[in-house]
Amino acid sequence: MDVKQDNVILRMTGITKCFPGTLALDKVQLTCEKGKVHILLGENGAGKSTLMKIISGVYTRDEGTVWYDGQEVNFTNVRQSMEAGISMIHQELNLLPERTIAQNIYLGHEPMVKGLKGVIDYKKMVKDSRELMDRLGLDLDPNILVKKLSIAQMQMVEVVKALSKEVKLVIMDEPTSSLTDREIDKLFEIVEKLKRDNVAIIYISHRMDEIKRIGDCVTVMRDGQYIDTVDVEDMDLDTLISMMVGRKIENMYERHYREPGKVIFETKDLSGWRFRNVNINVREGEIVSLSGLIGAGRTEIAKAVFGDEPIEHGSYTLYGKQITRTTPVKSVRNSMGYLSEDRKAEGLVLQMPIKENLVAASLTKVFKGGVLRSGPEDEIGKKYVAELRIATPNAEKLVGELSGGNQQKVVIGKWLETGCKFLIIDEPTRGIDVGAKSEIYKLLDRLVGEGYGILMISSEMNEVIGISDRVYVMKDGEITGEVTRENMTQEAIMRFAVGGKERAVNE
Amino acid sequence: MSVKKKNQIDLLSRFLILAVVCVGFALLRPEAFLSVDNITQVVFQQTPFTILMAFGMSLAIISGGIDISMSSTMVLSSYLSASYFQQGNYFMGLVVAFGVGLGFGLFNGVLISKVKIEPFIATFSVDFMALGLAYVVCNGEYVYGFSDGFRSIVNGYLIPGIPNVALVTFLVFAVLYFLTRRTIYGRTLYSLGHNKKATKLSGMHSDGVILGVYVTNGLLAALTGILYLARLNAADPSIRGTLTNDSIASALIGGIAFCGGTGSVVNTVIGSMIIMFIRNGMNIMGVSTNWQQAVVGFVILFAIVYERVLNNLMAKYAGKGNK
Repeated sequence: MDVKQDNVILRMTGITKCFPGTLALDKVQLTCEKGKVHILLGENGAGKSTLMKIISGVYTRDEGTVWYDGQEVNFTNVRQSMEAGISMIHQELNLLPERTIAQNIYLGHEPMVKGLKGVIDYKKMVKDSRELMDRLGLDLDPNILVKKLSIAQMQMVEVVKALSKEVKLVIMDEPTSSLTDREIDKLFEIVEKLKRDNVAIIYISHRMDEIKRIGDCVTVMRDGQYIDTVDVEDMDLDTLISMMVGRKIENMYERHYREPGKVIFETKDLSGWRFRNVNINVREGEIVSLSGLIGAGRTEIAKAVFGDEPIEHGSYTLYGKQITRTTPVKSVRNSMGYLSEDRKAEGLVLQMPIKENLVAASLTKVFKGGVLRSGPEDEIGKKYVAELRIATPNAEKLVGELSGGNQQKVVIGKWLETGCKFLIIDEPTRGIDVGAKSEIYKLLDRLVGEGYGILMISSEMNEVIGISDRVYVMKDGEITGEVTRENMTQEAIMRFAVGGKERAVNE
Repeated sequence: MSVKKKNQIDLLSRFLILAVVCVGFALLRPEAFLSVDNITQVVFQQTPFTILMAFGMSLAIISGGIDISMSSTMVLSSYLSASYFQQGNYFMGLVVAFGVGLGFGLFNGVLISKVKIEPFIATFSVDFMALGLAYVVCNGEYVYGFSDGFRSIVNGYLIPGIPNVALVTFLVFAVLYFLTRRTIYGRTLYSLGHNKKATKLSGMHSDGVILGVYVTNGLLAALTGILYLARLNAADPSIRGTLTNDSIASALIGGIAFCGGTGSVVNTVIGSMIIMFIRNGMNIMGVSTNWQQAVVGFVILFAIVYERVLNNLMAKYAGKGNK
């Protein structure tokens, strides 16, 4: 890559970082130019976040040099890097829910009343916030409490917050993971604006389609090592993926479609918090998706069906049994599995070993008569580690020490062990790298082949189109349409997702 | 390093603290501290009461909660049952004592698992209620003077050399150890302490187990109350004293993490022993109780910092092993 020296804002060379037991970064290099978007690509655990934390001063490096804005730097805390004009937008939201948007934006650098140091000029803060949001095209009242916002809006506030200071380098860590398409457009407009202002951007993402849209060059990392940097124009998607995973992925969405069997799950005018009159069904051997924008009420349906939230009205039948009130305990007994969208908070006990997580939903199997028999537990652990190819030396390892993809496999194994045949899976591949994703799709395909019925909720359009038999589309808590495989296109789904209630075309 | 090994090292190191405390006092006052009388007095006569109460506290902490109300429940149940025991009506005495314990346990459990009140707030309020009621019932009239037969539940010897109170404590320990380490109840308890939501969404009986924890605590409080009646030969509200604080301290010094999900009743026993031996040693040295209080506070902090240092050391060791 040809880089003019005077245009370089950041140059990192030979960066090495050790954590107890692992070499997180091994002589990694990265060069960023002003006014360019530099994409950082790599599977989870490749070391991207560690590298970014070294730039922003959260971690200190063991070896290597960092040149920033013409001089060698050594940031030891975040404040120093912030003052130098580096701003980071984290993947996780770091907002204070009980404070207003304005208070969040200016957290830590509030404008002060003239002559009175330490007294916040609230009026100016609100005024500045409003200007800033106007400039970035975000139409919200800065006086609203952050907890009242949707996740996507919070993410946008994070962006505004990151840009509320003088910045030269912005790091975005998967900023679009919870944004809708319209908001992603808005974010990319902001990125373009920043580029025109000669700001350098490091952009971490798993989404291949985004790279071509906004990227200028791509650096690929794998297992803590620098692999290569290429210009986006010369880039070939397949080569990029094989650089990332170190092997070739032949077919991402491998599905064997079969004639579906009898209906195993069917809702009748199901209503609850944030959804109304939902009538959907899932047949044996089918993957049925619930699509729609974030906040359309998809996860709420899943929670009500599983019994985590109340069903207010209507009912559903599962294997012919009618259910109007349920709890998670009953649902598991009724042979239903639920893979929630937040696997770390709701799907796993991170501090417990793999084997104990695997049996969590079928405790009566290993506690015969209520008393633990460790034999069956060890066997179940071994079985799933082998069968689902969970990357771990043994089933004693803590689940929290696994990568996202392997954690998800443990959650899936947990439900397989219950012997359930109906699974609700909410965002099954969120935050999971490409290699593990394709493995999960293969696994889902295998399961429906064995007679499972799967209801999938997903915000990733490629995934929905790639592996579903049918798609129900939701908008504002209602089912607005059903799309079958013959006419399953992004346009068809989006029409229902944003268009509102017109009955399904193919009915 | 596996979790199991890590826990074993941690537990072993707690024994080490206990050993250091004992050796320390033994060097300072060999003749008084090291006598068989003194050691058996501490282990068999003093610690059991703290241990029983600390068991309850530990269960609550492991489940991700806390139980402030046990000592007041104990006072109330012992008061209400005292006159029955005094009259020799053991059946009614047991019914009243355990009934009160069960009632307050259920009340706590329902407040926490069904009404979803924070464990600290629920048991803190119940603590006031139970203690207030105890004073109302007592009304300045003390019950004292119990039969020797009744008092033998503490002082008697079913097994030569081991007083009954220690025997009872050991039985409770065995039951709780089995319950927490080998049963569904225990697995759910630890899982809850780490992650309530995931536990619930795996279809485990999380509400039932939380209810069970506080009911167990009510019953433990009732049991301890009866033992105190026999020990003191009187129903005395001042026995509540620092029991709540001592049981929290026992759990912490024993190595039960406040965030829940770790430690076992073995940790509780060691923690209680450490505290009681420190108290005993300082008594022998003639240190005032006020100073003892301050020292216990220091020991809690020491235990926490010690744990952190130990964890770092283990992480470093594990790191070297992998490279």
